[in-house]
Amino acid sequence: MWLKDSSIGRKLLMSISGLFLVLFLTFHLSMNVVAIFSEEGYNMICEFLGANWYAVVGTLVLVAGFLLHIAYAFYLTFQNRKARGNDRYAVTARPKGVAWASQNMLVLGIIVVLGLALHAYQFWAKMQLVELQHMAGAEVCTKYAADGVYYMKEYFTNPIFLVLYLVWFGALWFHLTHGFWSAIQTIGWNNLVWLKRWKAISNVYATIICAGFAVVALWFAFVA
Amino acid sequence: MDKTINITLKVWRQRGPKEAGKFETYKLNNVSTDSSFLEMLDILNEQLVNEDKEPVVFDNDCREGICGMCSLYINGHPHGPDSEITTCQLHMRRFKDGDTITIEPWRSAGFPVIRDLMVDRTAYDKIIQAGGYISVNAGGAQDANAIPIPKRDADLAMDAASCIGCGACVAACKNGSAMLFVSAKVSQLALLPQGKVEAARRAKAMLAKMDELGFGNCTNTGACEAECPKGVSITNIARLNREFISAKLKD
Ligand code: HEM
Ligand code: SF4
Ligand code: FES
Repeated sequence: MWLKDSSIGRKLLMSISGLFLVLFLTFHLSMNVVAIFSEEGYNMICEFLGANWYAVVGTLVLVAGFLLHIAYAFYLTFQNRKARGNDRYAVTARPKGVAWASQNMLVLGIIVVLGLALHAYQFWAKMQLVELQHMAGAEVCTKYAADGVYYMKEYFTNPIFLVLYLVWFGALWFHLTHGFWSAIQTIGWNNLVWLKRWKAISNVYATIICAGFAVVALWFAFVA
Repeated sequence: MDKTINITLKVWRQRGPKEAGKFETYKLNNVSTDSSFLEMLDILNEQLVNEDKEPVVFDNDCREGICGMCSLYINGHPHGPDSEITTCQLHMRRFKDGDTITIEPWRSAGFPVIRDLMVDRTAYDKIIQAGGYISVNAGGAQDANAIPIPKRDADLAMDAASCIGCGACVAACKNGSAMLFVSAKVSQLALLPQGKVEAARRAKAMLAKMDELGFGNCTNTGACEAECPKGVSITNIARLNREFISAKLKD
């Protein structure tokens, strides 16, 4: 199968899974922003998603997307290190025009995974998981299972967690500034005019996404 | 007026493909700033031969930026610190008195070291042989104006065709990927009507050969474009991706 047996095919899997994750982030952010304007509205969304079949299916598809993206990230990086060979240069210099993020995508991705683990533990495991356990008949307290605002206030007023989340958004910003246009380039939708445009769009989009998440966290830390 | 400088060279010495290499340090005095980088190495070799030492082996041929042989990695850059020139077009006026210059071979699994600074770049020839050609009818050449070509396509094809196959793109790439070279060779033909007939076959065959030879997966860092002596654009890589993906989808 050319998708996994050719270098462009493997890159296409990275690209499509990455764009899917970008789409998910957009959806997630638009949900979070609601919390600034209406805490009840936000909790209504939590309730609406909860452990309904479509939310569970959505979560499973999302996990699959992440797993594909992460598995190929490690696989490609391993192959690329092998292609580079064992002898390293004694002197290296980053040429002009090469973004730092582009050369550190795996490291940035690993930071994103760590943040994701914390986030899943703090929110998913206390909300959707609790509801699933409840439906399965386990004895769990469901008082806050659909109360996302409660958890946001709880975690973001803790300075350590707040800083961890901000670092997480920072890493994501770097990952997206390169990732977004790189994914477009991998699909082949690029030319001399659009190369610059896609790079600009990546920067703007990454900034909207990451600043958006950060503003919501800061709002619950200092304002709400 | 002839200005001269004294420099220190750290040069990679390796006796053969299987042997471990190491850096040797040489001092070179009174190098004219008008001399080219390769002339400076000629002077070094003359000095080494006079001292009964083995001269440094390095590839070169045309010394005017068209053959792509002079594969030297100088102070962290393929073809040295200047942009859009080959090593043979680099001049000593680019360096200062007292500078230490580190010279390494291309380092990539696809380009194994033969000796010292000379690497084996036959992998590129194999990629070309896999599909970098067009078929034409034998017989009298047809009129050049019989096939109209838009100016834009002709220009893009010529820009892609300026690739001299030097390998700096692979040398610069943290992924050891040959995509800039392959994309230039695919693009220069895919853009022209004469190359369209075999376009799908070519993209698949050349990419398969590139993968088979162990070059890496492109992650669009753009180091290749920044270091390419001919300024070949990474938009050619987007074109290769397009050609390849649509060829596979049609299968
Ligand atoms: C919300 C999470 C994430 C999003 C939105 C995202 C997005 C993207 C996108 C759009 C690309 C470009 C694909 C391409 O060039 O074809 C990419 C590449 C990459 N990602 Fe992610 N990613 C995420 C998480 C991760 C994680 C968790 C890892 C690793 C542990 C990771 C590692 C990589 C690597 C190594 C690349 C390859 C660099 C490249 O091709 O440009 N990513 N990512
Ligand atoms: S694309 Fe540029 S760097 Fe790569 S082989 Fe051709 S001329 Fe050399
Ligand atoms: S020796 Fe021919 S390009 Fe440098």
